[in-house]
Amino acid sequence: MRADTSVPATRREVRPGTTVPRLDGPSPVRPRRLTRFRGTDVLALFGALASAGAVTTILWFQLSLFTGALGYVIATWCLFVVIYAVLISFDENRPTVRDRVASVTVHSLGLVVIVVLGLIIGFTVVRGWTALTHANFFAQDMSTTGPLDPLTKGGIAHAIVGTLFEVGIALAISVPLGLLGAVFLHEVPGRFSRSVRTVVEAMTALPDILAGLFIYATLILTFGLGFSGFAAACALSLTALPIIIRAADVVLRLVPGSLKEAAYALGSGQWRTVWHVLLPTARSGLMTAVILGMARAIGETSPVLLTAGATGFMNWNPFSGPMMSLPLFAFISVQSPTDNDVARGFGAAATLVVLVVALFLVARLIGGRQPGEVRGRRHRSK
Amino acid sequence: MSQPRRVVTDIGPADRAFRGIARGGGTTVLVLMAMVGTFLAYRAWDALHVAGWSFFTVQEWNPDGGRFGIAAIIVGTVLIAVVAVVVALPLAMAGALYISEYSPRWLKQWLVTGVDLMAAIPSVVYGLWGFKFLQWNIVPLSRWLSDWFGWIPLFTVDGVTRHDPLPNGTVFTSSTFIAGLVVALMITPIACSVMREAFGQAPQGEREGAYALGATRWGMIRRVVLPFGRGAVIGGTMLGLGRALGETIAVVLIISPVFIIQPHILQNGTSSVSSLIALRFGESSPFGISALMAAGLALFALTLVVNFLASIIVSRSRSGAVSEV
Repeated sequence: MRADTSVPATRREVRPGTTVPRLDGPSPVRPRRLTRFRGTDVLALFGALASAGAVTTILWFQLSLFTGALGYVIATWCLFVVIYAVLISFDENRPTVRDRVASVTVHSLGLVVIVVLGLIIGFTVVRGWTALTHANFFAQDMSTTGPLDPLTKGGIAHAIVGTLFEVGIALAISVPLGLLGAVFLHEVPGRFSRSVRTVVEAMTALPDILAGLFIYATLILTFGLGFSGFAAACALSLTALPIIIRAADVVLRLVPGSLKEAAYALGSGQWRTVWHVLLPTARSGLMTAVILGMARAIGETSPVLLTAGATGFMNWNPFSGPMMSLPLFAFISVQSPTDNDVARGFGAAATLVVLVVALFLVARLIGGRQPGEVRGRRHRSK
Repeated sequence: MSQPRRVVTDIGPADRAFRGIARGGGTTVLVLMAMVGTFLAYRAWDALHVAGWSFFTVQEWNPDGGRFGIAAIIVGTVLIAVVAVVVALPLAMAGALYISEYSPRWLKQWLVTGVDLMAAIPSVVYGLWGFKFLQWNIVPLSRWLSDWFGWIPLFTVDGVTRHDPLPNGTVFTSSTFIAGLVVALMITPIACSVMREAFGQAPQGEREGAYALGATRWGMIRRVVLPFGRGAVIGGTMLGLGRALGETIAVVLIISPVFIIQPHILQNGTSSVSSLIALRFGESSPFGISALMAAGLALFALTLVVNFLASIIVSRSRSGAVSEV
């Protein structure tokens, strides 16, 4: 039985439901810590950095062999690695030198990845900040706003509404179908489900733009639906469907077989086992799968570009008339020659980033535990 | 010899209905997905029929004039993807090694979340960043590359001689190199998370064994972790390659389309299949759409092959037996 929420929280009796004994505790094998810094290591590191910086500066400003700040950083880094290796080789053997060089390389490239992530998010928010600080940016549409109008006029309300409609419809199509598909792959094995799995895996390779092109050629050109939110939602659900199925399939495969076998042994049929054991056990992982699909659908631009059309007007009807969405708005505005439009585009992109980060944190909170791991009241009381 | 008797159980009406519904769901998914592929192929047939083999050799794109082919745009697509993979591979590998081998334990979970977040950031945001930020900051590097390595045909820029102060930066903007860099940043997290998962599963006993034999940390990584995760490194990279081939928006924002084979990656102007579709779908005649479908089909075939190879490599590797792409 599912957890009955109508039972008052004060009653502490054992409710029917799946319980498993606690298995946590220290795992037998733990990696040992191997890092230990010595004073000379730190000196070598900073010494190499300082000398590399100095040499590059001379090359830069006296000989002007290079141009640009990025080239300066790259040249400094290359010199730094060489000087560091030489410094270390004074008092260590060759394997140690190689170890140290590999270590600084891995550390600095890892740092590059993090710095770039910070730059992308930071740049988007900073450039969009001038637009984001106006309250009308979230409350108005662009119907009466021209490219030259100041930022105190016009906004992305129509794009937010459009995104909500499109993503909502796309999820309404792809989540039930995706979960059903994943349950099918997991519960009804055989030649047919193997071929379904192959096709789903193939479709994750489908470039997003082709999903848009497919909907454009069928719904819009052949059936004459016209640019609309619904067409965009169909294209989005086509791109989200394989993602949701694959993620859900992975999660379902991680559900402990013993739980299902216990359910069968107690005499429940396949359907009851799926509904009362399989799905509740994998619930957090399935939520993660859905949220990942959702994050993907919110950010997709190319299918929307081909199917939704672009408009400055608020449109509450997803079945007729073009409908704007956030990524499309950002894409179009940022190519405009006026600064205000570019700022609006960045504002829309920043809103998008915030939305995706929020969704992502929610997914982490829900899906932070392993599938099959249970917490709280569903543990057997000791 | 007695055969074991066949056990036949009646699963009952509820379970039969459940299986029917599940099978129906699976069939719907199969039909939907198969429809996309077959419909693309069906609509592309018109154009392919007219163009014949010249579809693969002609460089220009003028379907209504009767001359169109994917020679230039496929080369552009592949070049962008190759630049992306060449840049993304070391970044992803170093990122994965840092997370699984070097990072302190309290930082690890944050880094994993950060990399996953990087994978979830919409491509339009990467495109905006590349278009407005990276493009102008990378020009000096492009110029430096062409100054010093211009003798390699790949890095040649037409009309620019060494240390020539005359051309302004625009010769170096909108190039394959810049588009490839932005796409590299988009595929790095995808490749990185596949690799990280495999590296983290390298058996503790073998690591300890390597240390016990006197290996340094890098020696251990070189002899235990990397061989263990080799399949994931290749597979993750190819997964990223598949994504890079199909990337649209970031590429559309950065490149300026030309329809000749452009082997000079630092030079302004290139082309890719997905950006061609995004730019031309609205102004195309029905035959033009069919030609775009044909180009899309070629792209789909390319990404399909790459992804299948990737999943085969990952699942055959030692670490891939339990990990998931």
